[in-house]
Amino acid sequence: MPSLFYKKVFSRISLAVLFCFALVVSLEALQIPKKPHSYITDHAGLLTQNTRTQLESALRQFEQKTSTQVVVATFPSLEGEALEDFSIRLAEAWNIGQKNKDNGVILLIFQKEQKIRLEVGYGLEGALTDAESGQIIQEAIAPFFKQNQFNQGIAAGVAGIIQAVEGEYQAKTDNFTRSGRPQHRQLSAAEIAALKKQSQVIGTFILLMAGGLFIFDFFRYRTYASTHKEHGQRYSFWEWFFRFALLLAVLNIIFRILFYMMLFSRGGCSGSRGGGGFSSGGGSFGGGGASGGW
Amino acid sequence: MKKGILITLGIIVGIIVLWFMIFGGVYNGLVAREEGVTSAWAQVENVYQRRMDLVPNLVQTVKGYAAHESETLQNVVEARSKISQTNISSDAISDPSKLQAFQKMQGQLSSALSRLMVVVERYPDLKASKNFLALQSQLEGTENRISVERRRFNEAARNFNTYRRKFPNVIISNMMDFQKKAYFKSDEGAQKAPQVQF
Repeated sequence: MPSLFYKKVFSRISLAVLFCFALVVSLEALQIPKKPHSYITDHAGLLTQNTRTQLESALRQFEQKTSTQVVVATFPSLEGEALEDFSIRLAEAWNIGQKNKDNGVILLIFQKEQKIRLEVGYGLEGALTDAESGQIIQEAIAPFFKQNQFNQGIAAGVAGIIQAVEGEYQAKTDNFTRSGRPQHRQLSAAEIAALKKQSQVIGTFILLMAGGLFIFDFFRYRTYASTHKEHGQRYSFWEWFFRFALLLAVLNIIFRILFYMMLFSRGGCSGSRGGGGFSSGGGSFGGGGASGGW
Repeated sequence: MKKGILITLGIIVGIIVLWFMIFGGVYNGLVAREEGVTSAWAQVENVYQRRMDLVPNLVQTVKGYAAHESETLQNVVEARSKISQTNISSDAISDPSKLQAFQKMQGQLSSALSRLMVVVERYPDLKASKNFLALQSQLEGTENRISVERRRFNEAARNFNTYRRKFPNVIISNMMDFQKKAYFKSDEGAQKAPQVQF
């Protein structure tokens, strides 16, 4: 028996050690950066300030016109990650493109591995097919990159992307975020989960209260019924029962209203990020696009 | 005497009401998550179908340049027709053996296609043709979509299975016949490091 116990403890410890190792390994691998606040994220430092501002303004204009979001990110190295795996995880985390339109494009460049990846959102897979994405990489970007002309290469790539997806979507002027007007933002899954947890705690509290009331009322009913026998049990069981059910229903409704108010207020106040900054809209990706290198 | 009956009746009704409240929540949760798995499966089928649709075009193009690679081409065609003959219904998502059979068939097409892509390296004319290059990037894109949608299916299935196995949920899911969902396994050979031969 004790040996079994030690075995168990030992296996737990070794598991913990393994877990720590896994943690260390995952820390070493390339982390997905946070959602960008501009169209160009140049971790590798390939672009000059001049090109950067030019591209930023071109991409902002393009988004204002078409609501399509095109984003460029460069990294010094993949650090051992698989290209497509990393890029789709990044696309899932960044949510480039408008929600329901899924019109986002991400151009990723990894300097050390000399790899290029174009991630195309669901809504643009028709306009910017895999074949066209491959063409942009091979014919517009790679020739410049081979001569270390990164500024021209990225500019040409962005121009190719814009040309391909132009006209696919139009921006709705009244619904557009750039004006800086506060507008309702869709909650992320994590925020909804946190809210649900909160509401669960409140829910348990209310349930406990209702349970206490139930027991309390039940005893009250019993004493009442036993002392008022001569009145022919006017405070009948069913009267008590329906009152209790009504109470529960009312509590339920109040609780629900509170929950939705909470959801609404969270969703309503944030998202009023005004000015010229960039914020992604919640588009989704399905692995469309192409990979290449130089 | 009558009071005792009423009390027990009250307790029973209370338990039933409580049960329905719990049941409703759990049942709806199960339905929502199962719907998530079903739609993820629809996406998986969708991207596999996309690859199936690509194959005839690809075979035709390669045939035009490399007619005497008939064996490799034949393998691709056979693997494809095998898939289109077998009718895979959506109940494969809760039957691991069916899902594995589906995966195996698709894996055969994958390996036949990758062999074709190796053979093609010997034909510079073919590799230079615009048509082939377009098909090649479409095929690459489709393979990538397949792996993305498979991963998402596994995530949805894991989400459902975890929810299903938790405490009171497991009773309700067994009662209402919510079955455990199967997973895509990583492909055979994917675990082995590729061998380089000189």
